[in-house]
Amino acid sequence: MSAETILFFVLAAAALGGAVNLIAQTHPIHSALSLIVVMVALAGIYLLLGAELLAAVQIIVYAGAIMVLFVFTIMLLNAGAEERTAISRAATWLGLPFAVILTVVLGWSISLSQAPTYAGPGVAMARASGQLSQLLFTSYMFPFELTSILILVAILGAVVLAKRDF
Amino acid sequence: MQLESYAVILSAILFGLGALGFVFKRNIITIFMSIELMLNAVNLSFVAFSRMRALLEGQVFVFFVIVVAAAEAAVGMAIILQVARNRQSLNIERIDLLKL
Repeated sequence: MSAETILFFVLAAAALGGAVNLIAQTHPIHSALSLIVVMVALAGIYLLLGAELLAAVQIIVYAGAIMVLFVFTIMLLNAGAEERTAISRAATWLGLPFAVILTVVLGWSISLSQAPTYAGPGVAMARASGQLSQLLFTSYMFPFELTSILILVAILGAVVLAKRDF
Repeated sequence: MQLESYAVILSAILFGLGALGFVFKRNIITIFMSIELMLNAVNLSFVAFSRMRALLEGQVFVFFVIVVAAAEAAVGMAIILQVARNRQSLNIERIDLLKL
Protein backbone atom coordinates (compact mmCIF):
# COMPACT_ATOMS: atom_id res chain seq x y z
CA MET A 1 0.00 0.00 0.00
CA SER A 2 1.32 3.39 -0.92
CA ALA A 3 1.63 6.24 1.56
CA GLU A 4 -1.18 7.99 -0.29
CA THR A 5 -3.60 5.12 0.35
CA ILE A 6 -2.64 4.87 4.02
CA LEU A 7 -3.14 8.61 4.47
CA PHE A 8 -6.50 8.31 2.71
CA PHE A 9 -7.63 5.60 5.12
CA VAL A 10 -6.52 7.63 8.15
CA LEU A 11 -8.50 10.64 6.90
CA ALA A 12 -11.48 8.45 5.98
CA ALA A 13 -11.48 6.97 9.49
CA ALA A 14 -11.42 10.49 10.95
CA ALA A 15 -14.32 11.54 8.73
CA LEU A 16 -16.38 8.44 9.59
CA GLY A 17 -15.62 8.78 13.30
CA GLY A 18 -16.67 12.43 13.20
CA ALA A 19 -19.89 11.60 11.36
CA VAL A 20 -20.82 8.84 13.81
CA ASN A 21 -19.97 11.12 16.73
CA LEU A 22 -22.18 13.83 15.21
CA ILE A 23 -25.17 11.49 15.49
CA ALA A 24 -24.18 9.95 18.82
CA GLN A 25 -23.72 13.21 20.76
CA THR A 26 -26.75 14.81 22.38
CA HIS A 27 -25.30 18.28 22.89
CA PRO A 28 -25.35 20.39 19.68
CA ILE A 29 -21.94 21.96 20.36
CA HIS A 30 -20.33 18.50 20.46
CA SER A 31 -22.07 17.65 17.19
CA ALA A 32 -20.79 20.90 15.65
CA LEU A 33 -17.19 20.14 16.68
CA SER A 34 -17.50 16.61 15.20
CA LEU A 35 -18.76 18.13 11.97
CA ILE A 36 -15.65 20.35 11.86
CA VAL A 37 -13.52 17.19 12.16
CA VAL A 38 -15.41 15.67 9.20
CA MET A 39 -14.90 18.80 7.11
CA VAL A 40 -11.18 19.09 7.83
CA ALA A 41 -10.70 15.38 7.04
CA LEU A 42 -12.61 15.85 3.78
CA ALA A 43 -10.34 18.79 2.92
CA GLY A 44 -7.36 16.45 3.35
CA ILE A 45 -9.02 13.90 1.08
CA TYR A 46 -9.59 16.62 -1.54
CA LEU A 47 -5.86 17.37 -1.38
CA LEU A 48 -5.10 13.67 -1.93
CA LEU A 49 -7.48 13.61 -4.89
CA GLY A 50 -5.69 16.56 -6.45
CA ALA A 51 -8.25 19.29 -5.79
CA GLU A 52 -6.08 21.87 -4.03
CA LEU A 53 -8.35 24.86 -4.59
CA LEU A 54 -11.37 22.98 -3.26
CA ALA A 55 -9.41 21.87 -0.20
CA ALA A 56 -8.64 25.52 0.59
CA VAL A 57 -12.23 26.58 -0.09
CA GLN A 58 -13.51 23.73 2.07
CA ILE A 59 -11.40 24.90 5.02
CA ILE A 60 -12.16 28.61 4.56
CA VAL A 61 -15.87 28.46 3.72
CA TYR A 62 -17.09 25.27 5.41
CA ALA A 63 -14.86 24.74 8.42
CA GLY A 64 -14.44 28.49 8.77
CA ALA A 65 -17.49 30.53 7.85
CA ILE A 66 -20.37 28.06 7.97
CA MET A 67 -19.28 26.30 11.15
CA VAL A 68 -18.65 29.62 12.89
CA LEU A 69 -22.26 30.47 12.01
CA PHE A 70 -23.42 27.17 13.53
CA VAL A 71 -21.40 27.56 16.72
CA PHE A 72 -22.48 31.20 16.98
CA THR A 73 -26.15 30.24 16.75
CA ILE A 74 -25.74 27.44 19.29
CA MET A 75 -24.13 29.87 21.73
CA LEU A 76 -26.66 32.63 20.99
CA LEU A 77 -29.65 30.36 21.60
CA ASN A 78 -27.92 28.73 24.57
CA ALA A 79 -28.90 25.34 23.17
CA GLY A 80 -28.74 22.64 25.81
CA ALA A 81 -28.59 18.87 25.50
CA GLU A 82 -31.25 17.23 23.44
CA GLU A 83 -34.35 16.17 25.31
CA ARG A 84 -34.84 12.46 25.24
CA THR A 85 -38.35 12.25 23.92
CA ALA A 86 -39.71 8.96 22.75
CA ILE A 87 -38.94 8.93 19.06
CA SER A 88 -41.88 8.48 16.80
CA ARG A 89 -42.70 5.03 15.53
CA ALA A 90 -42.33 6.26 11.97
CA ALA A 91 -38.69 7.12 12.67
CA THR A 92 -38.02 3.71 14.20
CA TRP A 93 -39.78 1.53 11.65
CA LEU A 94 -39.22 3.58 8.50
CA GLY A 95 -36.26 5.84 9.26
CA LEU A 96 -33.58 3.35 10.25
CA PRO A 97 -34.37 0.83 7.47
CA PHE A 98 -34.54 3.74 5.04
CA ALA A 99 -31.05 4.94 5.95
CA VAL A 100 -29.60 1.42 5.85
CA ILE A 101 -31.29 0.65 2.51
CA LEU A 102 -30.06 3.97 1.11
CA THR A 103 -26.46 3.18 2.05
CA VAL A 104 -26.71 -0.40 0.75
CA VAL A 105 -28.27 0.64 -2.56
CA LEU A 106 -25.66 3.37 -3.04
CA GLY A 107 -22.79 1.00 -2.27
CA TRP A 108 -24.31 -1.74 -4.44
CA SER A 109 -24.77 0.53 -7.45
CA ILE A 110 -21.22 1.81 -7.01
CA SER A 111 -19.81 -1.71 -6.91
CA LEU A 112 -21.87 -2.65 -9.99
CA SER A 113 -20.79 0.32 -12.03
CA GLN A 114 -18.20 -0.17 -14.72
CA ALA A 115 -14.73 1.04 -13.94
CA PRO A 116 -14.31 4.15 -16.07
CA THR A 117 -11.67 4.49 -18.69
CA TYR A 118 -9.03 5.66 -16.31
CA ALA A 119 -7.32 8.75 -17.67
CA GLY A 120 -4.65 8.95 -15.01
CA PRO A 121 -4.39 11.85 -12.60
CA GLY A 122 -0.95 13.14 -13.49
CA VAL A 123 -1.52 14.96 -16.76
CA ALA A 124 -4.82 16.72 -16.28
CA MET A 125 -4.50 17.51 -12.59
CA ALA A 126 -1.01 18.99 -12.62
CA ARG A 127 -2.26 22.57 -12.97
CA ALA A 128 -5.78 21.83 -11.77
CA SER A 129 -6.24 25.02 -9.75
CA GLY A 130 -5.30 27.27 -12.63
CA GLN A 131 -7.44 25.31 -15.07
CA LEU A 132 -10.35 25.31 -12.65
CA SER A 133 -10.16 29.09 -12.33
CA GLN A 134 -9.93 29.43 -16.09
CA LEU A 135 -13.00 27.22 -16.50
CA LEU A 136 -14.91 29.25 -13.88
CA PHE A 137 -14.19 32.54 -15.59
CA THR A 138 -14.81 31.39 -19.16
CA SER A 139 -17.32 28.56 -19.66
CA TYR A 140 -19.06 29.05 -16.32
CA MET A 141 -18.88 32.84 -16.19
CA PHE A 142 -22.65 33.34 -16.18
CA PRO A 143 -23.46 30.90 -13.33
CA PHE A 144 -20.49 32.30 -11.42
CA GLU A 145 -21.89 35.82 -11.65
CA LEU A 146 -25.36 34.53 -10.79
CA THR A 147 -24.05 33.21 -7.48
CA SER A 148 -23.26 36.79 -6.45
CA ILE A 149 -26.95 37.63 -6.84
CA LEU A 150 -27.81 34.49 -4.86
CA ILE A 151 -25.52 35.56 -2.03
CA LEU A 152 -26.98 39.08 -2.09
CA VAL A 153 -30.50 37.65 -1.81
CA ALA A 154 -29.33 35.34 1.01
CA ILE A 155 -27.87 38.31 2.93
CA LEU A 156 -31.09 40.30 2.52
CA GLY A 157 -33.18 37.29 3.53
CA ALA A 158 -31.08 36.60 6.61
CA VAL A 159 -31.23 40.24 7.74
CA VAL A 160 -35.00 40.48 7.22
CA LEU A 161 -35.68 37.13 8.91
CA ALA A 162 -33.48 37.88 11.90
CA LYS A 163 -35.16 41.21 12.63
CA ARG A 164 -36.71 41.17 16.04
CA ASP A 165 -40.18 42.46 15.16
CA PHE A 166 -41.12 39.72 12.75
CA MET B 1 -9.09 -0.57 -6.29
CA GLN B 2 -8.20 3.02 -7.01
CA LEU B 3 -8.26 5.78 -4.44
CA GLU B 4 -11.31 7.32 -6.16
CA SER B 5 -13.39 4.17 -5.71
CA TYR B 6 -12.72 4.26 -1.98
CA ALA B 7 -13.65 7.94 -1.95
CA VAL B 8 -17.00 7.21 -3.63
CA ILE B 9 -17.77 4.45 -1.13
CA LEU B 10 -16.80 6.79 1.74
CA SER B 11 -19.15 9.42 0.33
CA ALA B 12 -22.00 6.86 0.20
CA ILE B 13 -21.43 5.95 3.86
CA LEU B 14 -21.23 9.61 4.90
CA PHE B 15 -24.45 10.33 3.01
CA GLY B 16 -26.16 7.42 4.77
CA LEU B 17 -24.97 8.69 8.16
CA GLY B 18 -26.24 12.16 7.29
CA ALA B 19 -29.64 10.75 6.34
CA LEU B 20 -29.68 8.78 9.60
CA GLY B 21 -28.95 11.91 11.62
CA PHE B 22 -31.57 13.84 9.67
CA VAL B 23 -34.24 11.28 10.59
CA PHE B 24 -33.24 10.59 14.18
CA LYS B 25 -32.00 13.84 15.72
CA ARG B 26 -34.41 15.99 17.71
CA ASN B 27 -32.57 19.30 17.73
CA ILE B 28 -33.16 21.60 14.74
CA ILE B 29 -29.54 22.73 14.67
CA THR B 30 -28.26 19.14 14.64
CA ILE B 31 -30.70 18.24 11.86
CA PHE B 32 -29.31 21.19 9.90
CA MET B 33 -25.79 19.87 10.52
CA SER B 34 -26.84 16.47 9.14
CA ILE B 35 -27.94 18.22 5.95
CA GLU B 36 -24.50 19.84 5.72
CA LEU B 37 -22.95 16.39 6.17
CA MET B 38 -24.98 15.05 3.24
CA LEU B 39 -23.90 18.02 1.10
CA ASN B 40 -20.28 17.28 1.97
CA ALA B 41 -20.70 13.63 1.03
CA VAL B 42 -22.06 14.62 -2.37
CA ASN B 43 -19.14 17.05 -2.84
CA LEU B 44 -16.69 14.23 -2.14
CA SER B 45 -18.26 12.02 -4.80
CA PHE B 46 -18.14 14.92 -7.27
CA VAL B 47 -14.41 15.36 -6.65
CA ALA B 48 -13.79 11.61 -6.96
CA PHE B 49 -15.70 11.39 -10.25
CA SER B 50 -13.89 14.49 -11.48
CA ARG B 51 -10.57 12.74 -10.95
CA MET B 52 -11.80 9.44 -12.42
CA ARG B 53 -12.78 11.14 -15.67
CA ALA B 54 -9.95 13.70 -15.56
CA LEU B 55 -12.60 16.38 -16.13
CA LEU B 56 -12.61 19.55 -14.07
CA GLU B 57 -16.37 20.15 -14.42
CA GLY B 58 -16.97 18.09 -11.28
CA GLN B 59 -14.85 20.50 -9.25
CA VAL B 60 -16.72 23.47 -10.74
CA PHE B 61 -19.93 21.82 -9.51
CA VAL B 62 -18.48 21.45 -6.01
CA PHE B 63 -17.59 25.12 -6.07
CA PHE B 64 -21.20 26.06 -6.78
CA VAL B 65 -22.52 23.58 -4.20
CA ILE B 66 -20.32 25.22 -1.54
CA VAL B 67 -21.61 28.69 -2.50
CA VAL B 68 -25.23 27.54 -2.34
CA ALA B 69 -24.57 25.76 0.98
CA ALA B 70 -23.17 28.99 2.44
CA ALA B 71 -26.25 30.94 1.35
CA GLU B 72 -28.50 28.17 2.67
CA ALA B 73 -26.71 28.18 6.04
CA ALA B 74 -27.16 31.94 6.42
CA VAL B 75 -30.90 31.87 5.66
CA GLY B 76 -31.45 28.63 7.61
CA MET B 77 -29.77 30.03 10.71
CA ALA B 78 -31.95 33.15 10.54
CA ILE B 79 -35.06 30.94 10.34
CA ILE B 80 -33.87 28.78 13.26
CA LEU B 81 -33.21 31.93 15.29
CA GLN B 82 -36.75 33.13 14.63
CA VAL B 83 -38.32 29.73 15.39
CA ALA B 84 -36.39 29.48 18.66
CA ARG B 85 -37.53 32.97 19.63
CA ASN B 86 -41.18 32.28 18.90
CA ARG B 87 -41.45 28.75 20.29
CA GLN B 88 -38.86 28.98 23.10
CA SER B 89 -37.57 25.56 22.11
CA LEU B 90 -35.21 23.92 19.63
CA ASN B 91 -36.89 20.54 19.89
CA ILE B 92 -38.41 19.52 16.58
CA GLU B 93 -41.24 17.71 18.41
CA ARG B 94 -42.45 21.01 19.85
CA ILE B 95 -42.74 22.66 16.46
CA ASP B 96 -45.90 20.93 15.29
CA LEU B 97 -48.28 23.65 14.11
CA LEU B 98 -48.74 21.88 10.78
CA LYS B 99 -49.43 18.52 12.43
CA LEU B 100 -52.97 17.22 12.36
